[in-house]
Amino acid sequence: VPDPITIPQTKGKPRLLLMGQRRSGKSSISGVVFQKVSPSETLFLESTARIHKNNLSSFMEFQVWDFPGQIDVFDNPNFAFDMDAIFGEIGALIWVIDAQDDYLEAVARLNNTILHLQRSYPHINIEVFIHKVDGLSDDYKLDIQRDVTIRIQDELSDQGVENAPVSFHLTSIYNHSIFEAFSKVIQKLIPRLGQLEAMLTNLCRTCRFEKAYLFDVTTKIYIATDSTPEDMASYEICSDYLDVIIDFTQVYGNWQRSPDWRKHLEQAPWMQPLEDQVACERAESGMVLSDAQRPIMLREVDRFLALVAIMKEGSYEKMPQINMNVDVVVKGLTEFFEITKPKETRTTT
Amino acid sequence: MALAQAQAQAAQLKKVKKQKVLLMGKSGSGKSSMRSIIFSNYLARDTRRLGATIDIDLSHVKFLGNLTLNLWDCGGQEAFMENYLSQQRAHVFSNVGVLIYVFDIESRDVERDLATYVNIISALVQYSREAKVFVLIHKMDLIQSLTREEVFDRRVNIVRRKTAEAVAIVRKQKPEQSPGTPGGAAAAAAAAAAALAASSPSSILDIDIDMQLFATSIWDQSLYKAWASIIHDLVPNLGVIETQLASVGVAIDADEILLFERTSFLVVSKWTSREGDNNPFGDRFERMSSILKSWKHTCSKFTGTPRNAEQFSDLEIKMGTKFSMFVTKFTTNTYILVCMPPGEARFNSAKLNVAAARPWFRFLDGPVIAPSAG
Ligand SMILES: Nc1nc2c(ncn2[C@@H]2O[C@H](COP(=O)(O)OP(=O)(O)OP(=O)(O)O)[C@@H](O)[C@H]2O)c(=O)[nH]1
Ligand SMILES: Nc1nc2c(ncn2[C@@H]2O[C@H](COP(=O)(O)OP(=O)(O)O)[C@@H](O)[C@H]2O)c(=O)[nH]1
Ligand SMILES: [Mg+2]
Repeated sequence: VPDPITIPQTKGKPRLLLMGQRRSGKSSISGVVFQKVSPSETLFLESTARIHKNNLSSFMEFQVWDFPGQIDVFDNPNFAFDMDAIFGEIGALIWVIDAQDDYLEAVARLNNTILHLQRSYPHINIEVFIHKVDGLSDDYKLDIQRDVTIRIQDELSDQGVENAPVSFHLTSIYNHSIFEAFSKVIQKLIPRLGQLEAMLTNLCRTCRFEKAYLFDVTTKIYIATDSTPEDMASYEICSDYLDVIIDFTQVYGNWQRSPDWRKHLEQAPWMQPLEDQVACERAESGMVLSDAQRPIMLREVDRFLALVAIMKEGSYEKMPQINMNVDVVVKGLTEFFEITKPKETRTTT
Repeated sequence: MALAQAQAQAAQLKKVKKQKVLLMGKSGSGKSSMRSIIFSNYLARDTRRLGATIDIDLSHVKFLGNLTLNLWDCGGQEAFMENYLSQQRAHVFSNVGVLIYVFDIESRDVERDLATYVNIISALVQYSREAKVFVLIHKMDLIQSLTREEVFDRRVNIVRRKTAEAVAIVRKQKPEQSPGTPGGAAAAAAAAAAALAASSPSSILDIDIDMQLFATSIWDQSLYKAWASIIHDLVPNLGVIETQLASVGVAIDADEILLFERTSFLVVSKWTSREGDNNPFGDRFERMSSILKSWKHTCSKFTGTPRNAEQFSDLEIKMGTKFSMFVTKFTTNTYILVCMPPGEARFNSAKLNVAAARPWFRFLDGPVIAPSAG
């Protein structure tokens, strides 16, 4: 059997497969979440003709594979796929359904896929993105989700499959929902997630934070949060705050100052190397709302991760103490990720 | 010393300046969208709900307390345009400080758009020869980014040529028939064309239009660049503001200072140190406007308070040994952004100094008007 696609062996990198009908939004999703494409620019995307692979080096290394909509890996008369190469190391299969279109065929193909996977790779998480839900009313969104869920579960139980690991997410590239959904997908792939969550819960208790998130800086996916209930509004403001800090840093932090500049800054009255003049070598930031309630703080953990938290009223004045507690947690987090951090990527870029 | 000087100047700054600003262009070109985003805190996507403007929508925008923009948002449907050029010609085109003309880059009928533009410029030159013209080539997001520059440049050349044509028309008109020929736009244009054909050498007008062109889109920061330029020249006492920003900058050893109007977040004035001048991001000013404005929207969603309300009072970043920065509520009508070299002590003293400099800028909050005055 000829192998139509050469797939490099990639040990230990969880793989996210994006599949679904043509024009369902797969390339847009991968562009917006992993390549900083702005949602409106996706209008120019061309139909994907071949599998598109993205490597993502962050706190973990991921691969994102974007499949052309017309390829059905299980039912292809032209060539056979090496199933092990595709699904052997998979982290999750993300199946994208266009909610603004007729989705019966998409659901039928998804059912077929799940049945195939259940036979050989029963542990793969199947994440169904009911996509393009911007512009749909909340009621309508839930109706669609219910309908899709029932159609899949009925088919699966007819075929005698129970408890397949299938989850559903309502998504759109025009708001935070796509990042939220990816956060959930990725959190399932993090070993010892519970430990991370415990660290954040502890931090919230000692510092009296309302909510804390640990973000992957490049994608703005959150990989852990404390144990208080999920809250979209908190996630949105923390994620946007991270965005603001990244933007500011890009404009003012990324160009080389002249040697004279440093000389000037280290002479009288300061008389100290710059390194000793600063309190923290990584980014730290804080923001106060006009009503003085719920300030927000941010701390860079390493080059991939940042901690963002919503504080309680009055805590901004106690920043020195808070910073001490944050230092401790940052140290813990750094140790936690020492194990998973990619090592060979330093040579590139 | 600087303070005394500032107070002396402030004394003569107590007059409110009014500026008539015309916003024109074909229907659907994006005039009301821009206005709503800049001055009324709409989000770009909210503009999809705007209906066509009927006739002229007048609004008075207070800017910094001592400048009022009388914005004439002129509905662009053909019947209205005809009417501005004929019956309402003198009413619309006299005493204009600024004309903002908007072209939709996706428009199908470029020839007709340009013909209308020529008529508008002719009318403007007739009645308000000193007016500044800003031409916005709009909806550039619909053009693929690789060809944007080229498409824009091509359009700039055409618009410049058409502007020259419009000026030539007026110049060649017999002076006695030039102002306010009644009888409709078509008649006026025909008369002008006839005059042009006759090529009478009686030109006594030496018209040189002060014109700037910008590529814009409501979906990115280009909008802020264009509008910051538009308001820049209108702000009274710019010289005073600049001098004072510079003294603050030097005193605290800053790299850059930006002063924003608090509602629009347009950059009113800026100061950059010699080192700061090496910053390779030439578009950073409009980027800061756009970032802060969208941050304001995020906050308003979070707090549940209206978008026009003030949202945040302080934002600080310390980026290790790279830089520090703060954005803070400054005077009643402004926010200030200060970008600093790193250093904890330097940062704290800069914050104190900026707070202490507030009184120097009080005049930005407008004339002291007796409470009874309406
Ligand atoms: N309204 C809306 N449109 C979206 C969204 N995501 C993507 N689209 C649009 O859907 C269209 C198709 O998206 P693509 O990403 O090209 O589709 P695809 O699944 O990769 O299609 P193939 O290339 O055939 O595989 C584009 O015009 C996108 O702008 C969304 O969240 N909301
Ligand atoms: N794609 C895109 N659409 C825009 C832009 N600016 C405005 N629009 C849209 O163009 C339409 C007409 O805008 P509007 O401001 O009502 O036009 P007006 O008749 O000139 O006042 C609206 O649907 C806007 O959302 C832009 O920069 N890009
Ligand atoms: Mg309008």
